[in-house]
Amino acid sequence: MKENGRNGYATEGIVIEHDAPTRARHNDRIQKMLIILSKAGLEDVYAAFVLANGARMEGIEAEIFFTFFGLDAIHKKKLNHLHIATVGNPSMHIPTIIGGLPGMEAMATKMMKKEMEKVDMPEVPEFLEILKASGVKLWACKLAMDMFHYKKEDMCDEIDGVLTVGDFYQKGEGPGVHILFI
Amino acid sequence: MDKIIAGKTIAVNEEGYLIDFSQWDESVGEELADEQNIELSSAHWNLLHYIQDEYKKEVPLTIRKIGKSGVVDIKGFYQLFPTAPLKTASKIAGIPKPAGCI
Repeated sequence: MKENGRNGYATEGIVIEHDAPTRARHNDRIQKMLIILSKAGLEDVYAAFVLANGARMEGIEAEIFFTFFGLDAIHKKKLNHLHIATVGNPSMHIPTIIGGLPGMEAMATKMMKKEMEKVDMPEVPEFLEILKASGVKLWACKLAMDMFHYKKEDMCDEIDGVLTVGDFYQKGEGPGVHILFI
Repeated sequence: MDKIIAGKTIAVNEEGYLIDFSQWDESVGEELADEQNIELSSAHWNLLHYIQDEYKKEVPLTIRKIGKSGVVDIKGFYQLFPTAPLKTASKIAGIPKPAGCI
């Protein structure tokens, strides 16, 4: 809110926060996490899923908005075949030319999945069931769906619906909401 | 620090988790549940006894494991303990705060 200065000098451009203490109080605790997943590398999908599940475990609401390639994670025919990126992934510590060889992604993915099982990390389909059962809302992005010519029937049963960006922002109304882009 | 729970002096940490499980009994569980506004039903007790058994066996708890326990499914678990189920149930059961992320 803009106000004129009392002492005659202008405070143009200065924002005076009358409700700052109230806002600080509301922000004491995270109430809801809105997570936007735009990629479908296994590491990205797991990051989004673990964060959403972890939020619910803390009593925080969580919703995931799947957009662009992130839609693969909820696409019936694709969600079982997500891979770790072995090319363009500096953390793989293998030369790009090796990472690009046939079978490398599959091998890296297999190794990663073995390690994930050890820490009781479920595979993608089971993780989606867990998220749904935990009360995480799963939304598909309408624009990306149109772009890839996906229909709602192409997506897994766990999703709650197809939303526009505007609809998704409305889910973020209220205090203590945080938005995360992956 | 010490806290009086159900008329007994019980050692708890700063988050309210019991430090010594041997100090827990069902009346302590009842009062801890009451603090969380939870009225314990037989379904609650089944779950509490299950996680206590797992704790005694030193098995780390995860939401996934609860879902596969046969005691309750994940949806039901969230219905029994709507806010932070694993933490809340652990607190009421007198076992340490779960350390996992999933």
